[in-house]
Amino acid sequence: MSTVPADLKYTSSHEWLRTLPDGTVEVGITDHAQDALGDLVFVEVPEAGRAVKVGEPCAVVESVKAASDVYAPLAGEVIAGNPKLKDEPETINTDPYGEGWLMRLRPAPGALTGAAFMSAADYRKLLEAEGG
Amino acid sequence: MAFIPHTEADVAAMLAAIGAAGIENLFDEIPPDLRVKSLAGVPPELNEMEIGRLMTERARTDGAPLSFIGAGAYEHHIPAAVWAITTRGEFYSAYTPYQAEASQGTLQLIYEFQTMIARLTGMEVANASMYDGASATAEAALMAVRANRKSKSARILVPSTLHPHYRRVALTTAANQGLKFEDLPYCTAEGITPAASLARYDGQDITALVIQQPNFFGRLEDVDALTDWAHARGALVIAVVNPTALALLKPPGQWGSRGADIAVGEGQPLGVPLCSGGPYFGFMTTRMEHVRQMPGRIVGRTLDVAGHPGFTLTLQAREQHIRRAKATSNICTNQGLLVTAATIYMSLMGAQGLARTAAAAHARTRELVAGLTRVPGVHLAFSGSYFHEAVLQLDRPVAPVLKSLSNRGILGGLDLSGYFPELGNALLVCATETKTSADIDRYRACLSEVIQAARAA
Repeated sequence: MSTVPADLKYTSSHEWLRTLPDGTVEVGITDHAQDALGDLVFVEVPEAGRAVKVGEPCAVVESVKAASDVYAPLAGEVIAGNPKLKDEPETINTDPYGEGWLMRLRPAPGALTGAAFMSAADYRKLLEAEGG
Repeated sequence: MAFIPHTEADVAAMLAAIGAAGIENLFDEIPPDLRVKSLAGVPPELNEMEIGRLMTERARTDGAPLSFIGAGAYEHHIPAAVWAITTRGEFYSAYTPYQAEASQGTLQLIYEFQTMIARLTGMEVANASMYDGASATAEAALMAVRANRKSKSARILVPSTLHPHYRRVALTTAANQGLKFEDLPYCTAEGITPAASLARYDGQDITALVIQQPNFFGRLEDVDALTDWAHARGALVIAVVNPTALALLKPPGQWGSRGADIAVGEGQPLGVPLCSGGPYFGFMTTRMEHVRQMPGRIVGRTLDVAGHPGFTLTLQAREQHIRRAKATSNICTNQGLLVTAATIYMSLMGAQGLARTAAAAHARTRELVAGLTRVPGVHLAFSGSYFHEAVLQLDRPVAPVLKSLSNRGILGGLDLSGYFPELGNALLVCATETKTSADIDRYRACLSEVIQAARAA
């Protein structure tokens, strides 16, 4: 069973969200997602300053098995893409919830309050239902 | 690869296995009104003997003219070994192989091709080929928009000195994908694109600048100044180059202080005969930092489970069978056979042989220009250096002159009046190592005769 930290929010497309003290949101892919993808060989993160809509593909994770889009879990502006991933994409495999974060977003007004993200418990149930 | 057609029994067995009554039933899904009922206008079939005779007769009507036309496709000597080896059964396929375990020889050949092209262009990585120089240029523009993520404008600056067909293919391919191509004027005295003329774009968001070297007029652009201008403004540089010329000229990887970002070109000069416009092949190279934005297939060298070196398609996550609609391109490679010929050509010629070919072509073109400009009413259109093509200006319309030359068995060059009307009676001529001094003298004498006759008339 993969790790699902209790203090994060989740999406059904296997992204996690962490609200930082300054109100911005850090986004990454879950331990389950990195495990399913296998060894990552390339990650493309969005440029700072880019405005994203909910569900918009904004990053690409490529493993030895597949290349997948990562979707913006909420509307907002990209504050930063994780620069470490350019040369060390495997950081996502080793530390998906920490050093392996993908991007930081400044949520658009109301983007956080209206959205229904999953709790850790709900996400764990989703994984169980998916057989993970 | 063995050529084994299906027998009637094979076909019957396959149809039985899937429960279809006949081949026709496989097309049931296509609505009847969309099916073509008959092929009206298609003549009845001919057997091999008949079609061979028909084609020979038609080919004979071309005669065997002495050609001084370049303009994107060039007549070079092709050692007999090139096509003798290329057409061996082991190589005789248009396609890049998918099954690495069954295709090590072909994969190694493509890997060698990529290595040679990367070295010729001075770039870090090459793909397994493109359709031709024009489509490679269009794909390079699309790639530049993907790779230059800091630029939002999708504006591509295209010098008017780029091959006009390349510009049209780029427009057709990419204009509907949101790319904006903007024509740059050229200096009519020198036939090049001066870097100073780009000043009006200072401070604007430009995604990429295309630079053809030698340009369509055969002239050498100031590639260092143009490259540095583009890089200083955050634009990528797309080099469009002639592979023969690269044996002598500075490779795109060394242009300016940082080198070009993408280099493409027409591969035909490398062992592919002139053939009514094709099939030819294109090549494309880039820096490693942009490799995931490159279209086409890439062969890589790797180790198998037992630690033996081997070859395989690599970086396939860019491609359509994995990324679907988000693939970098839908191009695969069906120019594999031409790439095979080019690889064998480059192997036989070697770096020195290619450099000697380039030097001979340049020397012959100088000789041609010197000869033809001795004819009264003919002069060189542009000052400055050229490679193996040059623009001449005549004192009368070019088309009738070319027609008279053609009646004398000489293809005198390309009439530029349709492409560049501002140049007046301009004629693009080319000579390669295939032309002798006697050929050049024959052209000069015929041109002199034709012009004198026209003056007298």
